[in-house]
Amino acid sequence: MSRELKGWKDIPIAGVCWKPATEYLTGDWKTFKPIHDPEKCTKCLLCSLICPDSAIKWNQANEELMFDYDFCKGCGICANECPADAIKMVREGEG
Amino acid sequence: MAITQQKTLAINGDEAVALAVKQSDVDVVAAYPITPQTIIVERFSEYVADGEVETEFVCTESEHSALTACLAASAMGARTFTASASAGLALMHEILYVTSGCRAPVVMAIVNRALSAPINIHCDHSDSMVERDSGWIQIYAENSQETYDSIIQAFRIAEHLKVLLPIMVCLDAFVLSHTLENVQVLADETVQKFVGLRDVPQVMGHEGREVPFKLDPSNPITMGPLDLYDYYFEHKRQQEEAMKVAPQIIQEVHEEFSQISGRKYGNGLIDAYHLEDADIATVCVGSTAGTTKTVVDRLRKEGVKAGLLRLRTFRPLPLTDIVKTMENVKAVAVMDRSNSFGGHGGPIYHEIRHSLYDSPTHPHVVNYIYGLGGRDMPPAIILNIYKDLQEILKTKRVKRDVQFAGVR
Amino acid sequence: MTTTPWKFTAKEIVEKPELFTSGHRACAGCGPAIALRQIMKATRGPTIVTSATGCMEVVSTIYPYTAWKVPFIHTAFENVAANASGIEAALKVMKRKGRLEHENVDVIAFAGDGGTFDIGIQALSGAAERGHDFLYILYDNEAYMNTGIQRSGGTPHGASTTTSPAGRVIPGKPQYKKPIADIMVAHDIPYVATASISSWQDLLVKTRKGLEIEGPAFMHVFTPCPRGWRYDPSKTIEIARLGVETCIFPLWETIDGEYSLSPQSKILALKPERKKKVTEYLKMQRRFRHLFKPEFKHVIDEIQQMVDKRWNRLLKRCNMTQASQS
Ligand SMILES: Cc1ncc(C[n+]2csc(CCOP(=O)(O)OP(=O)(O)O)c2C)c(N)n1
Ligand code: SF4
Ligand code: SF4
Ligand code: SF4
Ligand SMILES: [Mg+2]
Repeated sequence: MSRELKGWKDIPIAGVCWKPATEYLTGDWKTFKPIHDPEKCTKCLLCSLICPDSAIKWNQANEELMFDYDFCKGCGICANECPADAIKMVREGEG
Repeated sequence: MAITQQKTLAINGDEAVALAVKQSDVDVVAAYPITPQTIIVERFSEYVADGEVETEFVCTESEHSALTACLAASAMGARTFTASASAGLALMHEILYVTSGCRAPVVMAIVNRALSAPINIHCDHSDSMVERDSGWIQIYAENSQETYDSIIQAFRIAEHLKVLLPIMVCLDAFVLSHTLENVQVLADETVQKFVGLRDVPQVMGHEGREVPFKLDPSNPITMGPLDLYDYYFEHKRQQEEAMKVAPQIIQEVHEEFSQISGRKYGNGLIDAYHLEDADIATVCVGSTAGTTKTVVDRLRKEGVKAGLLRLRTFRPLPLTDIVKTMENVKAVAVMDRSNSFGGHGGPIYHEIRHSLYDSPTHPHVVNYIYGLGGRDMPPAIILNIYKDLQEILKTKRVKRDVQFAGVR
Repeated sequence: MTTTPWKFTAKEIVEKPELFTSGHRACAGCGPAIALRQIMKATRGPTIVTSATGCMEVVSTIYPYTAWKVPFIHTAFENVAANASGIEAALKVMKRKGRLEHENVDVIAFAGDGGTFDIGIQALSGAAERGHDFLYILYDNEAYMNTGIQRSGGTPHGASTTTSPAGRVIPGKPQYKKPIADIMVAHDIPYVATASISSWQDLLVKTRKGLEIEGPAFMHVFTPCPRGWRYDPSKTIEIARLGVETCIFPLWETIDGEYSLSPQSKILALKPERKKKVTEYLKMQRRFRHLFKPEFKHVIDEIQQMVDKRWNRLLKRCNMTQASQS
């Protein structure tokens, strides 16, 4: 992630932040990645509620779950908790 | 602007502070009592109990929390005030840096008192001097009148959009805090008009737009983040810049205040007494200047070209003013009411010597540590200091550069 | 005061905007991050958040980035309750002076166990006594994680940390966990609750209660930490659930000092046979691994005894008695 470093005249005072964390992608931290099986999924939404990184998005329009691999850190909590066994963790690059 | 109607009240320094705060339309006062600052908190509590102020008064469980609450309220855009002394200020130490780093313009009265151990409730400047590098502006008052005036000015200086730094207004324990003095006070409306409403600047936030520099749910900002080696230094550089701008603002506010009050303290930064043609001079802060002026008067009558430099503003250090007013002085004695253990002299000495290093006259500069724990500083001792300076002038030799005045 | 109706259905919650966003740098599977995300989903309107130093402050605000969509301030480690006091005082006076744009602004202060049980308890106690209107969230990961897993007053008996290491002679932390939530109840504040990230709905409801109640509210949230507790990150919720099921971390609340058990713990009071043994919980975490050596087995018994003692005391406070315990 390239970053331009600004001088003291060009940044807000007092350490006020000027970038949203959503511009910092954490997706490359993972070694395992969750693979969702829509067939098995009951759309209970539990996985989306408990993901520490808000990486499982609920698309209201088409009522579908979307895994955001830009932020997913591959913790595997979603897979561990899914009551329908609809999420599998696979090694990055193998899924 | 014309000088306005004023009342004369016989009050002590602490009461003068409480009154100035009452008149300055302060939003949040959070404080914790400690001798000799207690009267400030007590008087203010009475104003609250009697419904004389709209201020939210938070009587915290410690000084650490008192300053924290002021800092957080200040981050909300509120005008805030606290007061402390000695151990209380020492307990705040951590938050002093956080306050200046957060650019929160908190105003604080410090009733200068010795630090433990042994415990001592009387005056010296150890408590505030040790905090000189904490990023706060420091103003030392000579008397209760100046204390009153300085508190009012402090809100304008601290909250100035180019400054946004917290301020300590320091007054000497008991000599000022508990001693009745005739203090001229302005009308409430006059003070309120002078201080005005607090404003905040615009800053670039994380949503890609300029937003007010305060915690505002309509325009969220994040304050107090983890700042690593990539930007911390830049933020500290910004603070130094604010300190560079501050002298001009201090002088402007001081000048503007003089127009409604008729009172001036030198140029707001330094108060020079008979320095124009002085050969020898002392330097000090606080109430000792009063006694010293009487000694200077006496010496002048005897034909001795003696002078006094009182630093009103110690932070930021008015370096160029110091050099300029001391242009003709050949021997200088700095009187420090605190010690820098093992540092060869007190803090003011270090800074005056440092200031005068580049002065063309390159005067002799010596140091007297005095008055620790409330030890009296009578005119006779001050007179001896001037005598020593005359000796230096004559022999062009310094026998002892750092001495203790008044110790057995 | 405007309050949005409580509709904490899964759907409603996932559709609510994230106020604590992705891109924070908590470890994978971080329990406290789950808690904060869910808590922010239970807010009811304009909210200001303040935090103590610790993992969650650090990972959410690495300059120039911020994961906060609400106004956020951190000042130091031991003073978050004083931050909240100052913010609340400012809100009050600004409202009185007609300078507050919003009809109501909620204040949430959060800190870890170090910032609450230990160094922050003075400021917390003072703020509670003064009665400021704010919700204090203690996210309990049972050690000073940000500085490298040192013990705190919230670290449980027997746990190995870097300052209470499991040695040849001393098997982890000798002392027991401070009953911090009961200490807060003793302050006679209007609302105190315990919650766990294993019961998201309960956590959200309690958050909302804490925000709506006027005066200080305190919530102790059980938030396992894969790094400090040394378990696989996928087990965070599972371990939190086991904490509740073993009664190591029972769920309850007090409204005006009256204790009541929350559903997940109440069921264990009614059906004691469902209460699990502490070993089931301990064996999943490597911070307790040494306790399974023969010479330290007695520590597990001690833990079980203390858990039972505190559980029975809680049942009494909730006017429930354990039917029979095998
Ligand atoms: C006055 C002070 N002492 C010590 C520290 C160092 N420190 C920073 S965070 C922390 C531990 C935080 O522990 P906890 O509150 O449990 O939060 P966690 O990191 O576990 O989330 C410590 C000791 C500090 N920042 N300030
Ligand atoms: S937890 Fe499992 S079943 Fe429920 S929504 Fe997620 S993937 Fe589908
Ligand atoms: S693996 Fe972890 S981070 Fe990734 S989607 Fe599942 S719960 Fe979220
Ligand atoms: S150390 Fe623990 S609490 Fe801290 S970020 Fe990592 S998982 Fe979260
Ligand atoms: Mg912790």
